[in-house]
Amino acid sequence: MATRRQFIRISAVGAGAVMAGAAGFRLLASELTDGQKATMAALNKRTPTYCEVCFWKCAGWVYNDEKGAIKKIIGNAEDLNCNGRLCPRGTGGVGMYHDEDRLRKPLIRTDDRGTQSFREASWEEAFDYIAGKIKKISAEHGPECIALFTHGSGGKYFSNLLRALGSPHIAAPSYAQCRGPREVAFQATFGEALDSPERLDIRDTKCLVLIGSHLGENMHNGQVQEMSDAIDKGATIITVDPRFSTAAGKSKYWLPIKPATDMALLLAWMNVIISEELYDKAYVEKYTFGFDYLREHVKNMTPEWAYGITTIDPTVIRETAREMANASPAVIVHPGRHVTWYGDDTQRLRAVAILNALLGSWGRRGGFFRPETFELPEVIHPPYPTPKRTWRTEFPDMYKLADTVLANGVCDATVPDPSRNCQFKGWIVNGTNLMETLPNQANTLRAIDELDLLVVIDTMPMEITGYADVILPECTYLERFDELRVVQHRKPQIALRAPAAEPMYDTRPAYWMARELAKRLGVIEYFPFEKIEDQLDWQLKQVGSSLEEMMKIGVKTFDRSADDIYFYPDEEVEFYTGTGKIELYSSLLADAGFDPMPVYTKHEEPPEGYYRLNYGRAPMHTFSRTSNNPNLTDLMDENTVWVNPRVAKEWGLSTGQYVHLVNQDGKRSEFPIRVRVTERIRWDSVYMVHGFGHQEKKLRRCYGKGASDTNLITKVLVDPIMGGTGMRGNFVTFITDLAREEVAS
Amino acid sequence: MRYAMAVDTKKCVGCSDCVVACQTENGVPIGYCRDWVVEVMDGTYPQLEIELRSERCNHCGNAPCVRCCPTGASHIAEGGIVLVKPNKCIGCGACIASCPYDARYPHPKGYVDKCTFCIHRVREGMKPACVAVCPTKCMYFGDLDDPNSDVSVILKKRKAKTLIPEAGTQPQLYFLI
Repeated sequence: MATRRQFIRISAVGAGAVMAGAAGFRLLASELTDGQKATMAALNKRTPTYCEVCFWKCAGWVYNDEKGAIKKIIGNAEDLNCNGRLCPRGTGGVGMYHDEDRLRKPLIRTDDRGTQSFREASWEEAFDYIAGKIKKISAEHGPECIALFTHGSGGKYFSNLLRALGSPHIAAPSYAQCRGPREVAFQATFGEALDSPERLDIRDTKCLVLIGSHLGENMHNGQVQEMSDAIDKGATIITVDPRFSTAAGKSKYWLPIKPATDMALLLAWMNVIISEELYDKAYVEKYTFGFDYLREHVKNMTPEWAYGITTIDPTVIRETAREMANASPAVIVHPGRHVTWYGDDTQRLRAVAILNALLGSWGRRGGFFRPETFELPEVIHPPYPTPKRTWRTEFPDMYKLADTVLANGVCDATVPDPSRNCQFKGWIVNGTNLMETLPNQANTLRAIDELDLLVVIDTMPMEITGYADVILPECTYLERFDELRVVQHRKPQIALRAPAAEPMYDTRPAYWMARELAKRLGVIEYFPFEKIEDQLDWQLKQVGSSLEEMMKIGVKTFDRSADDIYFYPDEEVEFYTGTGKIELYSSLLADAGFDPMPVYTKHEEPPEGYYRLNYGRAPMHTFSRTSNNPNLTDLMDENTVWVNPRVAKEWGLSTGQYVHLVNQDGKRSEFPIRVRVTERIRWDSVYMVHGFGHQEKKLRRCYGKGASDTNLITKVLVDPIMGGTGMRGNFVTFITDLAREEVAS
Repeated sequence: MRYAMAVDTKKCVGCSDCVVACQTENGVPIGYCRDWVVEVMDGTYPQLEIELRSERCNHCGNAPCVRCCPTGASHIAEGGIVLVKPNKCIGCGACIASCPYDARYPHPKGYVDKCTFCIHRVREGMKPACVAVCPTKCMYFGDLDDPNSDVSVILKKRKAKTLIPEAGTQPQLYFLI
């Protein structure tokens, strides 16, 4: 089937010219802002930044060499997110700047007698083109039909632009493809979402339970640091994982659970803690609602019942439950982060939340602390117009508890459907490679084919850029100012990101791009400051600081408004739930027509000869974002598929051998992947690190290296409560004879 | 003065931050490294053990690389730190062959390169880059002759091993187990 929109490899644009232009297109000194000039003058000194390689946003210092080139990045000792120690990705952030495969010039798609290609364009032309299309879509369909997908700092400015135009559709895949179910579950239980960085008091915990977290392989920096502190202090670690994770190797107990049965284990733990009366009685009595319902609900969910489901020895289930109770309230049943697995994820995370409530860890030292976020004055601009419709209209009675726009919802509502009267016509994509982020790539491609406008703003030519109408090359975080970082922590802090070098090539910061578009779309009043550094200075001066001060210190710490990081003894606490209490029985879920307490559901199992596809992270990579980073690729340049020796024997596989994977729907991996035969994985599943198998040839270091798990996730288990896309219900088998396959095809 | 390093295998998560920090601190070219992470796995599912350790030059008390160097480029500097003088090194590779820890590599500029314990930082009172960056704080560095140094204190508290002690090299890189 011929599609209107082709994927174009960006290398189609006179590669020679682009290559030769390495030193070209630098901004002239006269184009520099005052702040940038100041920064240039300070070369060889350190420049404050906060990291953009992942969402943890650690603050650091960028050091330049004598020639002005960026040399190294070191953590800021004041920063609570990193305590002066960046993770490998933050340290290797220099590679984002030096990557010679970066996007260099604005590009516009052309269609010359059916042959699609990109041509270089000036910024003015690119903006005029985008503004023209946005105006047309707004006039014909309404501004609501334009959506933003974002995972990065620049998203704030494009979000402001879209809201100013009248579209509420700002979607972050970090919600429905990642931590959304957790946030809804904790809201339903404690009345508050966990947010980021999570309010976990790991450094003072006596017992850390990792169920659905491979901390140490996911380098959530502050948490990895605190886990190490906890190990030093002798904390017990209990890890539940079908794979012998790095954390499992540090654990007193490793529970090698059968995949997709975590809910049964969580319910059995509740059963032990309640039936053996190990729960925090005073806490449960004072703060919770629905304990009697819960006791009744879990009374038959014994460790023996769970054994048949999870394959975990009942003695171990009891022992670990007692370990948790012994440590209570200094115990954390870790809520994880990427929790979209099987479609009942909100309920599984509810079980995690309830377990923490029974152990009395919420609001207690060594459990969950009360975070505080700094209140920064917002930029003053006219109120946003009220949107005439939202994505919810298109999904009547579905995903009732989703409290933000679903990236997959926007994608689904872009494909025409008789049941919907609105379709999305324009997408703006900033800092998220949707092809590797959204499951079911075929669906994403169908949606893209329906668009009148697809704008991609990125630093790198990711797969999604190949489908764009216009590509805007963003400069990296090391070359720009951005919003002040304001995140929750034990103390309120702000952090500054300032440019440590001029933007390389013809790249520009997102703030400037969004403002230039706002000018052309008649909404410039929503961007009252011509330069973002003026806005930062204005904001900072109102809170007793200044841009000048922040350039020197990078991070500023404020006192808490009250000394209330933990609950006081006998404190009366009002929780933001329906009953004002911690809801073991959820009135919110009951009212919405869902199970008020979590129920175990049996999930589909792999057919004969197939293995559940599990995926995760490596500490040196962030999603598919870093796979071409020269410093990080040097540490890991392709992923492998982990296979248990029993399975390997059956298939005749050996370590290092390349195979193709094929899933239950016949979807085959785009590239072969190396086998890693290891005892660290169960025989019923395989594992690979996410973010490899890039199909974009312009990513010269990572093109074709390893396989993409997203490519093999064609079956999506949607969470009816909030629309999360469960991705762990896919099964793969091996094609071992690659030579024969090549001949056959 | 005797500089030494201890790496806590109970805390190391194998993230390789030490490797990147060393590369950016010391200008080690991409594709080469002065330190690296080793994973040793033992057992069968589900009875498994794993040891992760960040390795580098052992700055041996009895260093075969120094003994075999024909030009004197490999030498022992203050505190027992084993160094290479790039301008004296002819790149013959004898030291690479003699090192039981495989800690040296031929630098593309023609000399042999290796870990220096970040002597340029240590002289300024700072810790080596790998030690300073490690998110798990699993590395301890200091002077063994100073009983209060980080490395002396931790070696008194914890059980430690060295690698290939039978080679008789008197390695000064300890692993806490």
